[in-house]
Amino acid sequence: MLTDDERREIEAELARYPTRQAACVDAMKIVQRHRGWVADESLRDLAALLQMTTDELDGVASFYNLIFRRPVGRHVILVCNSVSCWMLGADRVREAMRSVSGAEVGGTSADGRFTLLPIVCLGTCDHAPALMIDDDLHRDVDPARAGELLARYR
Amino acid sequence: MERVLTAKMRDDGEAPDLRGYERAGGYGAAREAITRLTPTEVQTRVKDSGLRGRGGAGFPTGQKWSFVPMGPTAPHPKYFVVNADEMEPGTFKDRLLMEGDPHQLIEGTIIASYAIEADVAYIFLRWAYKLAAVRLERAIAEAYDAHYLGTHIFGSPYSLDLHVHVSAGRYICGEETALLNALEGKRGNPRSKPPFPAVSGLWGKPTTVNNVETICNVPHIVNRGVDWFKNASATGEGGTKLYGASGRVKRPGLWELPLGTSLGELLNEHAGGMQDGVQFRGLLPGGASTDFLVGDHLDVAMDFESVQRAGSRLGTGTMIVLDDRTCPVGMVRNLEEFFAQESCGWCTPCWAGLHWVAKLLRDLEDGRGQLDDLDRLASHARLLAPGHTYCALAPGAAEPLQSALKYFGDDFKRHIHERRCPWH
Repeated sequence: MLTDDERREIEAELARYPTRQAACVDAMKIVQRHRGWVADESLRDLAALLQMTTDELDGVASFYNLIFRRPVGRHVILVCNSVSCWMLGADRVREAMRSVSGAEVGGTSADGRFTLLPIVCLGTCDHAPALMIDDDLHRDVDPARAGELLARYR
Repeated sequence: MERVLTAKMRDDGEAPDLRGYERAGGYGAAREAITRLTPTEVQTRVKDSGLRGRGGAGFPTGQKWSFVPMGPTAPHPKYFVVNADEMEPGTFKDRLLMEGDPHQLIEGTIIASYAIEADVAYIFLRWAYKLAAVRLERAIAEAYDAHYLGTHIFGSPYSLDLHVHVSAGRYICGEETALLNALEGKRGNPRSKPPFPAVSGLWGKPTTVNNVETICNVPHIVNRGVDWFKNASATGEGGTKLYGASGRVKRPGLWELPLGTSLGELLNEHAGGMQDGVQFRGLLPGGASTDFLVGDHLDVAMDFESVQRAGSRLGTGTMIVLDDRTCPVGMVRNLEEFFAQESCGWCTPCWAGLHWVAKLLRDLEDGRGQLDDLDRLASHARLLAPGHTYCALAPGAAEPLQSALKYFGDDFKRHIHERRCPWH
């Protein structure tokens, strides 16, 4: 069941488009903002609301890197692995994040605190290497200070 | 040199609000266009300026607009879409334009929409640009309050609604027909062309898609005219360009400079040259999907025609610099893994070919390569050329590959002969 808040926020998005389907990415992101991820049940509820089939909506969900169809931790670490960051130490940043967070790449730490994922170019290549944690962009990341950085995310 | 696109940006990193933007002359061009020029006159001015798309392909902007059916018999609603899905690796210029001066993009969008008589405009923004999203939404709200958006803009009969759509992260959505599918709430696979979006775009209606930087040029062309624009470039293609550099240079960053500034000036003066202790080996001049250029090319003017003559493309104008501490095979492997992952999977040469290329490169890098792998890679670069796929993703992926084989062939062979990566 979608909550009243979710439903209200989705209705506001529907006003921006001439079809209900066009709001489907926004709708999935709203559910994800509230629940962390988009479960099968949410997908079914959203599909009904948007007049799409569940498979159609899952086709869109699975198309994107940032719609999560599996549970994630309280904080999601996205480490850029594209070319400029790769040249300037993205692998070392990823390893530091892995060892400090306790999350394997593509996985979630045992305490449910962090999920660690690779991500494509974040568009801040003059400050490589870069990563995002939730909505925060971190640039010129020093792997030696990974512990300090992650301590800000409880 | 006079900065134009970045002139109104504040030193403290905040974006000018509506009042600050207007104090610096902002919205004068939109007012002029909508109250004193016809849509066709705006189109003509932009066409005559010679403005070419700054998103990578370099198509003439005024010409693109001229394909849209106009007048009372044209189908409505018509749509104008700003492509703000900046996901080309190594590219970070549109981020600055949106974070630093959101009203400039909105003003350009109003003028461009008016020029094609669009009823609704969307800014298709990539998910990672959180600050840009906040600043654009705030600026759009200010523009609505001032009646620069909505009904009867500047008291004219013209009305326009503008929305921001924040995507969920997929490189292919920067391809304009994939972007349209994504905006309709479908999987972002590119569409077969024709029909072109100008005739049948969003929801089958006439649609124009332009890049952020392209649109940011439009208010200045309206304000200052065609001659000014043509004279603003170094080599005659018109206007200024946001150039950038990343990699082991002394001062990575972005600079607004006359279009046609030389590669050498960009690399050695603006980017400060290579960091101490590393040597220059080559660069991708305009993002991941452009051919490598090398030391012989440093006098090449960074404009569309000159870079093409040198065997590459201006692309986005933000260069990625390769140094001698970085393995060229590893760099190309990283690029091709990106393209393989981001292929939408719609057509076979792209989804099958790119994974195969990435696998061959991984083997080479790990010392498991064979000499005929180089022929296999070269033949893939040919098979992924334009005309074999629906869109430009695979041809773009072939560019760094084919040029790396050409300029760094000896490095590829060393991996095979030594059965290891010499850089590891």
